Amino acid sequence: MRITCPVCGSRDSREFQYRGDAVALRRPAPDAGVDAWDDYLHLRDNVAGRVRDLWLHGDGCGGWIVVERDTVTHEVFGATLAMEIER
Amino acid sequence: MRFSGLRVIREGLTGNKGWRPHWRDPAPKAEYDIVIIGGGGHGLATAHYLAKVHGLRNVAVLEKGYIGGGNVGRNTTIVRANYNMPGNSEFYSHSLKLWEGMEEDLNYNVMHSQRGVINLFHSDGQRDYAARRANTMINQGDDAVLLDRAGVRKMAPYLDFDNVRFPIYGGLYHPRGGTARHDAVAWGFARGADSRGVDIIQNCEVTGIDIENGAVRGVQTSRGAIRASKVGIVVAGRSGQVAAMAGMRLPIESHILQAFVTEGLKPCIDQVITFGMGHFYISQSDKGGLVFGGDLDFYASYAARGNLPMAEHVMEAGMTLMPMIGKAKVLRSWGGIMDMTPDGSPIIDKTPVDGLFIDCGWCYGGFKAVPGSGHCFAHLIATGNPHPVAEKFRLDRFRTGVGLMDEEGTGAQHNLH
Repeated sequence: MRITCPVCGSRDSREFQYRGDAVALRRPAPDAGVDAWDDYLHLRDNVAGRVRDLWLHGDGCGGWIVVERDTVTHEVFGATLAMEIER
Repeated sequence: MRFSGLRVIREGLTGNKGWRPHWRDPAPKAEYDIVIIGGGGHGLATAHYLAKVHGLRNVAVLEKGYIGGGNVGRNTTIVRANYNMPGNSEFYSHSLKLWEGMEEDLNYNVMHSQRGVINLFHSDGQRDYAARRANTMINQGDDAVLLDRAGVRKMAPYLDFDNVRFPIYGGLYHPRGGTARHDAVAWGFARGADSRGVDIIQNCEVTGIDIENGAVRGVQTSRGAIRASKVGIVVAGRSGQVAAMAGMRLPIESHILQAFVTEGLKPCIDQVITFGMGHFYISQSDKGGLVFGGDLDFYASYAARGNLPMAEHVMEAGMTLMPMIGKAKVLRSWGGIMDMTPDGSPIIDKTPVDGLFIDCGWCYGGFKAVPGSGHCFAHLIATGNPHPVAEKFRLDRFRTGVGLMDEEGTGAQHNLH
């Protein structure tokens, strides 16, 4: 599997570390309550198909990126720098 | 139809014409007392124990493909009870006891072979942990032996004991661990359930779960609606999709775990052996193939096949541990879809919907759990109360933070197990 880093271009997936559903970009407020935090930390849609998830290009530019890919076919559609995504 | 040595000889002498199908192929009825979604090992075991232990026979098992076509046919067949954490420890101990009685219970040869499991350790710290884990196992009533180098060498002389980076210090030996014929487990439970009146309905995909006033009323399927006041979801690998039909989100992410098998070789690896410094474990099947695997690919996937980095890691770890297998040719590799929970331990519990139960989150440990999971899930569905050895497998433990079973000690977070 190859992932297209917005900074570095197409790179081997070995260079990237996976951090799961891009839900991680929507961190609740500290006092948001148990349900909001449970939802954020544990509960997942766990989609079979097109997903957006968060990867770190740790062995490359070091950028956090949101990758759009398909969990059934492993096709990678594209990636955006997490810092450029509106929250 | 019962199996016996005499029967095998008689059939052998008369052209094997007396064998009959082991289960029926019924059309779904409009209503059952209990519907089990998922005809894998866990679902079929649940149906078997519902009928056998609780006398509940008006039960259907709905399977979207063919029975045993999912993870029960896509694993590395290892059976063991060498867990460390309260919750897991008593459950897997219970499950192993059921394994030991399974062939008599089912009158079916599942080729359960208690050849022993050796978990190698390669440092003083790992030895201390192995000793602690061995004591936990012994306290649980199971068996564990701490082997020194010489002890391991006696059993597995072909290992690279003096590897420069990962010398072998010893191993945690679990004599009652071993392997079983995975397909036969599904077939044996299917036959056991069917013979007591359970309808096993294949090619029947559940497309919806009917809920009225907070209680389950039945399911919609590709073969029509089926009413039931109790429904159990046991669909490892697809738990998220089926739970979504009931409006639930689960603390589960699906990941791929790869496994590999070589050409058949003469007997050389007598036990199940796990490497303590890389992700690699191996056993030899009765056909002679070396069956081995490693860790997750570590990104969410439903592809049922893995990628090259983990395949390479597994091969490298194998060569580091036992260079003798280097010339064996790999015939096949495959990937199973694992229900990964944040703490790496399973869930057997009620759901917020009355009458709807769920058994999921088996991570990469589902095969050895088949009889224990079926037994405990049947108990929960039949009585409404959790079985004592599975009462810690709660769905809400992540929300409350109480009773997490993080066996690896890496933290109860997704992507760490």
